[in-house]
Amino acid sequence: MSALLDKRLLVVTGKGGAGKTTLAVALGLAAARHGKRVVLCEVAGSERISRLAPELTTVSVDPEEAKREWLRYQLKSRTLAGVLGGSSLFQYLTAAAPGLTELVTIGKVWDLAQLEPRTGGPAFDLAIVDAPATGHGLAMLRAPSTYASIARVGPVGRHAERIDSFLRDPSQTGVLAVALPEEMPVNETVEFERALDRELGMAIDAILVNAVHPARFRPEECRRLEAVEDGSRVARAALDAALAEHRRARGEHAQVRRLRRAAAATVVTLPRIFEPELGRVEIERLSAELERKL
Amino acid sequence: MIGDWLARKEVCICCGSGGVGKTTTSAAIALGMAARGKKVAVLTIDPAKRLANSLGLPELGNEERLVKADVKGELWAMMLDPKRTFDEIVEWHAPDERTRDAVLSNRIYQELSNAVAGSQEYMAMEKLHELHQEGRYDVLVLDTPPTRNALDFIDAPKKLAAFIDSRTLQAFTAPGVLGLKVIGRSSGMVFSVLKRATGIDLLEDLSAFFSSFGSMTEGFRERAERVSALLADSRSAFVLVTSPRADAVEEAGWFHHRLLDAGLPFAGVVANRVRPPAPKGDPSAELAELLGDAGLARKVTRTFEEERRLAAQDRRNLADLKKRLGRKPMIEVPHLDDDVHDLAGLRRMDEFLFGA
Repeated sequence: MSALLDKRLLVVTGKGGAGKTTLAVALGLAAARHGKRVVLCEVAGSERISRLAPELTTVSVDPEEAKREWLRYQLKSRTLAGVLGGSSLFQYLTAAAPGLTELVTIGKVWDLAQLEPRTGGPAFDLAIVDAPATGHGLAMLRAPSTYASIARVGPVGRHAERIDSFLRDPSQTGVLAVALPEEMPVNETVEFERALDRELGMAIDAILVNAVHPARFRPEECRRLEAVEDGSRVARAALDAALAEHRRARGEHAQVRRLRRAAAATVVTLPRIFEPELGRVEIERLSAELERKL
Repeated sequence: MIGDWLARKEVCICCGSGGVGKTTTSAAIALGMAARGKKVAVLTIDPAKRLANSLGLPELGNEERLVKADVKGELWAMMLDPKRTFDEIVEWHAPDERTRDAVLSNRIYQELSNAVAGSQEYMAMEKLHELHQEGRYDVLVLDTPPTRNALDFIDAPKKLAAFIDSRTLQAFTAPGVLGLKVIGRSSGMVFSVLKRATGIDLLEDLSAFFSSFGSMTEGFRERAERVSALLADSRSAFVLVTSPRADAVEEAGWFHHRLLDAGLPFAGVVANRVRPPAPKGDPSAELAELLGDAGLARKVTRTFEEERRLAAQDRRNLADLKKRLGRKPMIEVPHLDDDVHDLAGLRRMDEFLFGA
């Protein structure tokens, strides 16, 4: 855990709906317990983070706002940036500047991870970003190197290069992929790990397999459950639920084993939490699990 | 049931947020229509090979492939390669080879076709339109891309067409200075400041782009209009896919609202992985007797109670969504034991999607 927390930026990505936001918050709480000044960044704009952990500093990166900030910095003039940012011609042209939106978004995240943020504001020890789902997450990480190769003039290309080398430096940046113990999410995670290596020469620090059902029943117990032939409606329903859950757990554990074989990164499992909505208590529990297992 | 939703429809667009089983649902709908005698093509843009996975194909390409599914009709599948599709359109519209090569090698074009948000979505729509024009299939099923914003693809044709077709911009990137008259003296400054801020010599790249692309813009604009028209056509149907989870349901409700706002033909909602409602009562005493083991009975009861609470929450979430849907239908697909990832799994979804 402390090796991870000593980095400056943790990128949490993975399949949509797998629990990226929840685990980003859980990591944030663990880092705070280790005495780190943490900032959680959201780039997909769901703003669930601040609801889950009000005591952590959260920043929601709005691409438009990030663009204006970038302009102010690059132009060194608030007035000029204001005039320009407000013009529709500018809106149009920055949309045309390929990859600029992705660059300013990851640029803002990068800035938050610096000990002396360019844009002023407080300094943090660790920035944790709740990144977009796998494909878009990769696109975001790739943005600086793409941009550096096309920005021919001025300091912008150099700046993109700085962000790129920061992201690729494993002592500064860590990548966590959130997965589910199912066929397709496992395939996707393996694919993501390969693409990350192929395209950026980056490795995943850990794969977090979320919501794994516990193996509650021993095989011998299952046979006894299966052997019951009578019972009222509710008793039958209970037996069916127990057996269905057992089958699910078995399937999931097989997927986790498959992932462990196929992936180079460490695979960590997190328990399925049987609450309809995750609240504070559940997040704390996941946070403690992460701290124990990472 | 889906069969009624898609009667007399030629295009089915499955949309929804990530992780709700959109790809699987698209594949199951396509398989079901093929089983009922239709010639169907299912299109995905997902590079993660999920569709190929679930159809038992090692991989999919930019050309349709026949799925060996043993159905009355035919099931074809393809994975869109947006960049390739974009290039094909350029090749199609370019008046000569020189123009074609100039466009294909222009950096603005390359980025536009590769990375710019919306172009993938647009290309999915383009291919859909192309296949529809060709008329080789009875039904086309599109698995929409997992976008950051699940609605990007609705605006995509308009956004991209607006970019390519911006006459204002063409006017002042055209050779000569006539643009300055239109936009005013400040545009020169705008460009030089932009160069400083973005590091890209936009003026130069854009003029090069438009001078070679110029002859094709009309064709692009027309196509984009036809694509938009196809989406809104009564022969199209939008199927909204969701799961019963609170965040997915919330997004689905908003998505539904947006589809209606945009005047698109919304057919209904497919809710995946719904837990069946569980009977009331405490089974622990009875189980202890049946099993002759109070400890095991307690474990079973606990598992059951957890499931029951989750099932109750599913019901509440879906009831909320139903209220927002008004008269539009919702199909519930129960949580199947294993996750669905092959033809057999897709067939198990069939009875819930199509009813018997």
